[in-house]
Amino acid sequence: MLKIDHVFANAGEKEILKGLSLEVKPGEVHAIMGPNGAGKSTLGNLLAGMPYVEPQGGSVEYMGQDLLSLEPEERAAVGVFLAFQYPVEIPGVNNMYFLRTALNAQRKYRGEEPMDSAQFLRMVKQKIKDMNMRDDLLKRPVNVGFSGGEKKRNEVFQMGVLEPKLAILDETDSGLDIDALKIVADGVNQLRSPDRSFIIITHYQRLLDYIEPDFVHVLADGKIVKSGDKNLALELEEQGYGWLNN
Amino acid sequence: MKPEVASIQVEITMNEDSLEEKAEENKVVKDRAKQTYKEGFSTDIEAFTIPPGLDEDTIRLISSKKDEPQWLLDYRLDAFRKWQSMDTPEWAKLNIPEIDFQAISYYSSPNATNENAPKSLDEVDPKLIETYDKLGVPLHERERLAGVAVDVVFDSVSVGTTFKAELKKVGVIFSSFSEAVQDHPELVQKYLGTVVPAGDNYFAALNAAVFSDGSFVYIPKGVRCPMELSTYFRINAINTGQFERTLIIAEDGAYVSYLEGCTAPMRDENQLHAAVVELVAKDDAKIKYSTVQNWYPGDEDGKGGIYNFVTKRGNCLGKNSKISWTQVETGSAITWKYPSCILRGDNSSGEFYSVALTNNHQQADTGTKMIHLGKNTKSTVISKGISVGKSQNAYRGLVRVAKKADHARNFTQCDSLLIGKACAAHTFPYTESANMTAKLEHEATTSKISEDQLNYCLQRGITEEDAISLIVDGFCKEVFKELPMEFAVEAKALLDISLEGAIG
Ligand SMILES: Nc1ncnc2c1ncn2[C@@H]1O[C@H](COP(=O)(O)OP(=O)(O)O)[C@@H](O)[C@H]1O
Ligand SMILES: [Mg+2]
Repeated sequence: MLKIDHVFANAGEKEILKGLSLEVKPGEVHAIMGPNGAGKSTLGNLLAGMPYVEPQGGSVEYMGQDLLSLEPEERAAVGVFLAFQYPVEIPGVNNMYFLRTALNAQRKYRGEEPMDSAQFLRMVKQKIKDMNMRDDLLKRPVNVGFSGGEKKRNEVFQMGVLEPKLAILDETDSGLDIDALKIVADGVNQLRSPDRSFIIITHYQRLLDYIEPDFVHVLADGKIVKSGDKNLALELEEQGYGWLNN
Repeated sequence: MKPEVASIQVEITMNEDSLEEKAEENKVVKDRAKQTYKEGFSTDIEAFTIPPGLDEDTIRLISSKKDEPQWLLDYRLDAFRKWQSMDTPEWAKLNIPEIDFQAISYYSSPNATNENAPKSLDEVDPKLIETYDKLGVPLHERERLAGVAVDVVFDSVSVGTTFKAELKKVGVIFSSFSEAVQDHPELVQKYLGTVVPAGDNYFAALNAAVFSDGSFVYIPKGVRCPMELSTYFRINAINTGQFERTLIIAEDGAYVSYLEGCTAPMRDENQLHAAVVELVAKDDAKIKYSTVQNWYPGDEDGKGGIYNFVTKRGNCLGKNSKISWTQVETGSAITWKYPSCILRGDNSSGEFYSVALTNNHQQADTGTKMIHLGKNTKSTVISKGISVGKSQNAYRGLVRVAKKADHARNFTQCDSLLIGKACAAHTFPYTESANMTAKLEHEATTSKISEDQLNYCLQRGITEEDAISLIVDGFCKEVFKELPMEFAVEAKALLDISLEGAIG
């Protein structure tokens, strides 16, 4: 599915990723933890092709393609989804219209027929029910006036509608109360399937109580410095990141 | 009760969506048009055009061509004398090249043998019908835009008004201005120049002197006009000016929604358009006036394009009357336009909803005046300016509250969106209040399409061009929702075309 090999990347002028490697197989859930400023968001932004991250070396292979050579919208169309740490507001554009535009743009790229508004409406209504979210999410302008938690839930809802192959969630759990956290985790769990993979960036192990990862990695100073199973997350919770330096 | 509400909500969603869907269909039109101005073709048609130049004889000639009564000729000549003593306005944030008024022809009619408007569509030259079909304004009633009556002005002359008979049944008069002068001289004489006096301003005076045609609407007492009325203006002949005059009167309790669209061929020379629109609303009457202005804006280097100097004013004469202006301005090299309301009747209200988009070298100085004279009068101003390329976009608004206008209220919201680095937006809000009880609110924002918004759209799979169009549509939403459906779709498609090449 995804093979990141010794990747170097800059954000702004600064070198942030320094020879990072990571392999994700279909159906796997990888959690990435690490101190602030370690480069976790930079990794997500690099994979999504956000222009403020510049690859400097190494390679990223995604489903047999050179991911870094694709435009950001092409990456979306081939199934890469990034739930942003700070989702953006788009005034006047209702969420549903936004999503249908996005879905049909992706379908067009893949050579699929566009979905008409009636089909789409039926589909999103079902999803919103399945994901335990509120109907009004559809009609409100994208993220405008949303609370922090609502923005994060909207990211997960969008993921549910777009059905990506590789979903990267960047601190989607931050700032959520326990009920919102459950909704988010539930959304992810519903989407888990043998051919869909997740990279879950988080600060807290509590999300991992609800989404059980196959692997946990620690990202520090631009590299994966330690990998393990879900127990690693518990150790980190207890001991912090300090002990990794020794 | 609850399930009913829910089903209404779904319907609303579907409605909103079908609008967007129609806009998508319009993309076909858009693709066909690509970077060019799709209305930019010209029609090769036999025309009677008087030689360029302007003096009293020109005015006498126009008036006699139209077989006008003496009082109207006198009105024109008086306006002309006023105009001669006036100077071009220089207060606007516009760089207006000197206009040689002697190099313009003041009258051009596409049919040399029949100066006044043809009485039936069968008399209309087939080439004209073809022109309007190309523009998407079919003249034949059977191919009409569903439920919209259209009056079409080609250069100086109205070439046909559809649906006349149906309107007549309910007593609505909808005709070309020239016909109204012939058929209803008493109404024209009673109201002409009462809202925009002949000497109001430089361009209004010029119009009053040389206006050639336009539309006339009269809605009798208590009548709700059964369909949208629409005028379509087109400049075709080279080196001619278009000076149309529109007069709409709504008697007590009457209602009318009126739409206006405009296009012109692409020509290297600038062409002048100086129109006057007067609206009169009596007690409890409502007039809704919508414009989609798409005059040729000139090319990328700023060559050619229409100079659009328009005076539009509504008089809320009666109590509880309401006048609402909605405009989407994407065309013209220069736009100078301030649709205004005089709120004379107690409890009357005025509204101004505007989207003005400028690209390349276009300049727009547009806004509104809300003059509160009556008690409890209310006005709302929502202005959305979008600047792209090297363009200049200014909002200029005046809210004036007279001494006796107790409890007048105004809300003004003025938002500017910048796309690119070489363009500029300016806002000039003026307020003058002579009454302590007035409540005036003003909000203004300037924003750029942020990288973050674009990246967010890209990450979801939306291309950059579509993302810009999406964000701009969102920005204009509050105005678009005021437009009748058909027009909203057209406006959205127009914006998309005007935005092309906005990236980079
Ligand atoms: N657009 C940017 N321009 C300059 N520096 C950036 C930019 N984005 C992130 N950085 C810097 O890169 C480093 C890593 O940031 P980030 O990847 O967001 O860390 P994390 O998500 O692990 O907290 C930080 O020092 C941050 O300040
Ligand atoms: Mg981060």
